[in-house]
Amino acid sequence: MKQFAAFIQKEFFHIFRDVRTMMILLVMPVVQIILFGFAITTEVNNVRIAIFDPSKDAATRQLTERLEASRYFTIVRILDSPDTIDEIFRRGEAQLVVVFGDRFQEKLQHTGEASVQLLADATDPNQSTTLTGYASSIIGSYQQELTERQGIPYRILLETRMLYNPQIKSAYSFVPGVMGLIVMLICAMMTSIAIVREKETGTMEVLLASPMPPIYLILAKAVPYLVISIFNMGTILLLSVFVLHVPIAGSFFGLAVISILFILVALALGLMISSAVETQVAAMLVSGAGLMTPVMMLSGMIFPIESMPPLLQWFSALIPARWYIAAVRKIMIQGLDLRAVWLELSVLTAMAAALVTISLKMFKIRLNN
Amino acid sequence: MREAVIYTEKLTKRFGDFTAVDHISFEVGAGEIFGFLGANGAGKTTAMRILCGLSRPTSGKGTVAGFDIYRQSEEIKKHIGYMSQKFSLYEDLKVWENMRLFGGIYGMSSRQIGEKTETILKELGFADERNTMVRKLPLGWKQKLAFSVSIFHEPKIVFLDEPTGGVDPVTRRQFWELIYQAANRGITVFVTTHYMDEAEYCGRISIMVDGRIEALDSPAALRQQFRAANMEDVFQQLARKAVRKVD
Repeated sequence: MKQFAAFIQKEFFHIFRDVRTMMILLVMPVVQIILFGFAITTEVNNVRIAIFDPSKDAATRQLTERLEASRYFTIVRILDSPDTIDEIFRRGEAQLVVVFGDRFQEKLQHTGEASVQLLADATDPNQSTTLTGYASSIIGSYQQELTERQGIPYRILLETRMLYNPQIKSAYSFVPGVMGLIVMLICAMMTSIAIVREKETGTMEVLLASPMPPIYLILAKAVPYLVISIFNMGTILLLSVFVLHVPIAGSFFGLAVISILFILVALALGLMISSAVETQVAAMLVSGAGLMTPVMMLSGMIFPIESMPPLLQWFSALIPARWYIAAVRKIMIQGLDLRAVWLELSVLTAMAAALVTISLKMFKIRLNN
Repeated sequence: MREAVIYTEKLTKRFGDFTAVDHISFEVGAGEIFGFLGANGAGKTTAMRILCGLSRPTSGKGTVAGFDIYRQSEEIKKHIGYMSQKFSLYEDLKVWENMRLFGGIYGMSSRQIGEKTETILKELGFADERNTMVRKLPLGWKQKLAFSVSIFHEPKIVFLDEPTGGVDPVTRRQFWELIYQAANRGITVFVTTHYMDEAEYCGRISIMVDGRIEALDSPAALRQQFRAANMEDVFQQLARKAVRKVD
């Protein structure tokens, strides 16, 4: 046990004495949260929209004015024919096209129902979700006013290509994503680099020739990064609650359980990478390309899984971060407890068990050669 | 000969079709300085790794410090020291921290570690460098420190894998003085080297060619046997027979 303690202390020295790396480890989560929360926000202002209005009556004019008046939208084109919509999108002239039904006011007055179609440029699914959300709420409030003023239950039927995102705030979807990314980065990438560094410098051989059990070696590498990840989780949650005003709606305990599980998965991945490669550069490349990119692209952090092609959807199921991010969204944003994430919980548990077993085996095989 | 602390009989290691170590048999006595020579790729490092418990042999017998290399590698590890080809200390730890770490790994108590640290710092003349980061020491000092750390826990045997690579002749000489001091204390020294002048410092040497031990005796006896003026000549005569390509 004393052996082990001495060894963990050494690992902390490695980290704390490399000031640059340590700053990156501790500051990066803050920067990412700020960046994702504010700068790369999908809360958009002054988005270019186009209108196709075959009715040209009082109601559509009022709606058009409201859209124009909001700070979100700027109307750049009034279209003469629906045939030009495709072209408008392709040239990037507008990101959203509002298409009113014909005889809009007449239908609204007589049948109580009229339709509006919202077409969003779906190349950026997140942003288009947000845009259609904004437009819908503007139209919705118009409908409500109309109803209240005239006492008739008017309905404006909205048709959108996108799924409705009830929380139009982007930070809601980014906080869980950043948590997944940071854990992968610190636990998988840094652990693998730290182990491979010992291979590269030759100290690994000396340690293996010592009576210290190899499992200590692995655990001692993992503990500091575990501590740092937990610290970073704390930072992220504090920032998200107090700066981005994204509360932890569900059970904190559930959040902790699922996070620890995910950290375990990431540590096992790091160990696996360290057994497979010989240099720090290779470890960084493998974990960067093999772990970070899928987390960014396929975990649902940035692009919704629902709007991926089936093949990628299937592939995303293999990515641990996908399950983690989904679970964190449920617990943190939707306010559910552990029972609601049993699927994510069991998938992550299975992944953790499999990866820990495989990585320990790989490590042992390497020792015996 | 004195009591054997390393003993092997037909020790063999194969990687697939490739026989890295081919039926080697030898004994090393307690307190001896045993030179383990061979060209690159001759199988020295593999043989040494087997003796250190880092690799399992394919066949043959062997004991190190009285423990079986198949079944008791954990016991072996407690009784040996090892200094790898690459620099084997932590550059971002201070001199005394490296000592404490390795002392701790070998299960020494804090008091033992403290006393031993003082002794070694004094012996090496490093007393002022206690708090220096190892990174900042000159290469020769680092090597001497690495050796002292490898025998910090007073092992029965110390394995040195090309310990003086890239070090100037004066420092190499000083390094060998440390080796002699350790041998005089009864620590058996098993050393691989590329430098033939160093081979002369050893009590006995073995020369490996293509995984086999082709010669084994004291430097003087080997010179006589091969009618050579120096060890370089002996080595060249044997190395010429090698079939295996150097990788």
